[in-house]
Amino acid sequence: MASLTITDIRKKFGSQEVLKGISLSINASEFVVLVGPSGCGKSTLLNLIAGLETINSGEIKIGDDVVNDVQPKDRNIAMVFQSYALYPNMNVEKNLSFGLETRKVPRDEIKKTVDHVANMLQISELLKRKPAELSGGQRQRVAMGRALARDPAIFLFDEPLSNLDAKLRVDMRTEIKMLHQRIKTTIVYVTHDQIEAMTLADRIAIMKDGVIQQFDTPQQVYDNPSNLFVAGFIGSPSMNFIPCTVIKQNEDTGVIFKTGEETSFFIPIKRTDLSLTEWIDKDVIIGVRPEQIASGFHLQEGNKQIHEIMCTVQVLEPTGPDTLVFVNINDTKVTCRVNPLDAKQPGENMKLMVDISKVLVFDPDTKMRIGNVA
Amino acid sequence: MPGKMNVMVGEKSPGMIAGRIIVYTLSILAAVYFLIPFFVMVMTSVKTLEDIKSGNLISWPREFTLDAWIKAWDSACTGINCEGVKGYFFNSILMVVPSVAISTIIGAVNGYVFSKWRFKGSEVLFTFLLLGCFIPFQIILLPMSGMLGWLKISQTIFGLALVHIIYGLSFTSLFFRNYYVAIPDEIIKAAKIDGAGFFRIFWKCILPVSAPIFMVVIIWQTTQIWNDFLFGVAFSGSESQPVTVALNNIVNTTTGVKEYNVDMAAALIAGLPTLLVYIISGKYFLRGLTAGAVKG
Ligand SMILES: Nc1ncnc2c1ncn2[C@@H]1O[C@H](COP(=O)(O)OP(=O)(O)O)[C@@H](O)[C@H]1O
Ligand SMILES: [Mg+2]
Repeated sequence: MASLTITDIRKKFGSQEVLKGISLSINASEFVVLVGPSGCGKSTLLNLIAGLETINSGEIKIGDDVVNDVQPKDRNIAMVFQSYALYPNMNVEKNLSFGLETRKVPRDEIKKTVDHVANMLQISELLKRKPAELSGGQRQRVAMGRALARDPAIFLFDEPLSNLDAKLRVDMRTEIKMLHQRIKTTIVYVTHDQIEAMTLADRIAIMKDGVIQQFDTPQQVYDNPSNLFVAGFIGSPSMNFIPCTVIKQNEDTGVIFKTGEETSFFIPIKRTDLSLTEWIDKDVIIGVRPEQIASGFHLQEGNKQIHEIMCTVQVLEPTGPDTLVFVNINDTKVTCRVNPLDAKQPGENMKLMVDISKVLVFDPDTKMRIGNVA
Repeated sequence: MPGKMNVMVGEKSPGMIAGRIIVYTLSILAAVYFLIPFFVMVMTSVKTLEDIKSGNLISWPREFTLDAWIKAWDSACTGINCEGVKGYFFNSILMVVPSVAISTIIGAVNGYVFSKWRFKGSEVLFTFLLLGCFIPFQIILLPMSGMLGWLKISQTIFGLALVHIIYGLSFTSLFFRNYYVAIPDEIIKAAKIDGAGFFRIFWKCILPVSAPIFMVVIIWQTTQIWNDFLFGVAFSGSESQPVTVALNNIVNTTTGVKEYNVDMAAALIAGLPTLLVYIISGKYFLRGLTAGAVKG
């Protein structure tokens, strides 16, 4: 295992700048997930770390060594590709041993390593098969096995699960996490799936248009996203963004939630960690997660942070444990997560409780979060 | 695919049946149209000369004989020489085997570079190479003969083979490049990380999956080079003529009676190798041509 330090790297393809100064400092043994929409430059960054592409400027350090000019094979990394990239002409055993043979590892040692890896990934029965004779899940295992056989200092995963069906994806996710807990190798894992990012990562780097938006623990990026993009990207269903104007009413600073022609509610926003006094009469965007608007909360009696509103139900989406209720607030579609037993039918009015203790406020111009939550 | 076939067999609408009939009729007509001359050639080549003079073109031979074949092979006159086509047939083999082998191998490496190891300017270079596919034979006759003279290999089989190698490179490179483009780049990346270099990747990961395209290119080149007449006539000496040129000389030798049976036998001998190549490996040819289109 090794640490990985990336300092202000840039990459251009022709005139298009794909990576615009990326800096990340990843600790040894850490599991870092790089997440972002398709085309934002995740694979490019991974290829740069691997040495498969050359950087235009910046520095990449693996452990204490600057590897800018080091060949991929000498960087002591292994990579798992989205398409698995197994050698189609070689059987599983050959796929696992190819890298070792290239490195002239002694034959008996290769055999031991292949057996060990095959055991670990439960693919021992498949060793004589060609990739074409394997299922998607099995190919995925072989691709991981090929990386494991090399015993590298850093693993690079490029969307390794995105070609699997939903059920298998969840299973493999758990396996990858267990594998990491066992071998403790540093992992940089790329995905566009925020759930994968949340479940796997020690820290998540959220990327957009070649810029890192935030690099923090899953809980931090969920609770304290640094801007609108991160707030909307992390979490499913997405955070609601309600445009509001901050007003002052009887000594309290807050916003109005207008849920119908004649129904408006003043929601005071009074928190030790968030003061909106400088924003009075200005527009803001209130970020509320669906679970923060519910039919009721535990111990809600007398809680000053919980406010009641009345809304007209537009659409229901039962998910099983909860039902998603869609309502209108300030002419914006808002998702609420309610107890299935409390959900009213479309067209009916429904009493909803808003918990503002974790509500976020964003500047509509800079798209950045307001307030300094610790 | 099987599902689609079933639909076709299962639901026979009148329109579909009519379509089938038209397709089959046209195919059979086309096949007959191309086969009749071949049939006439074979028939003529096993007839005696009297038989040919008295009968009509497509009549069955009254007396079956291989004399014409033996004469064409062994003693027919090509100009002043009367030793049949055998020597020229071997000339053709000596010319075709190395030129096909070399142009194919270089084409494979070129294709590999142009698809998987692009460098600054490689696209431009490839475009120039492609231009080679569109240059008519006639244009290069003069400069090429000048070059062969300068290299002191005019009128040799080696010189002729060299011309074919150079001329074929555009095609072989194009074929291989288009085939290799369909191989995912990630496989090359994986191999690089596994520590393999340019040639090891080519040898271990690319060549083993290249059989179909090798078939295509080998068939293409063999047919092109074996059947070539213009380069053969222009660049060979009397001793190094390929069989196509010899055939022309037999047919055009005007002394004595016109021996149609010998002409036909000689033509068939000259055409047999390409025919055989196609019959034996034609299905690989089709498979290889379409292989790139299907994503693996
Ligand atoms: N080899 C390349 N040449 C030119 N443009 C490229 C190349 N690789 C990637 N790009 C461009 O860089 C951008 C980022 O691509 P990529 O890193 O693959 O995104 P992601 O993996 O996040 O989906 C895309 O706009 C893509 O078109
Ligand atoms: Mg990608």
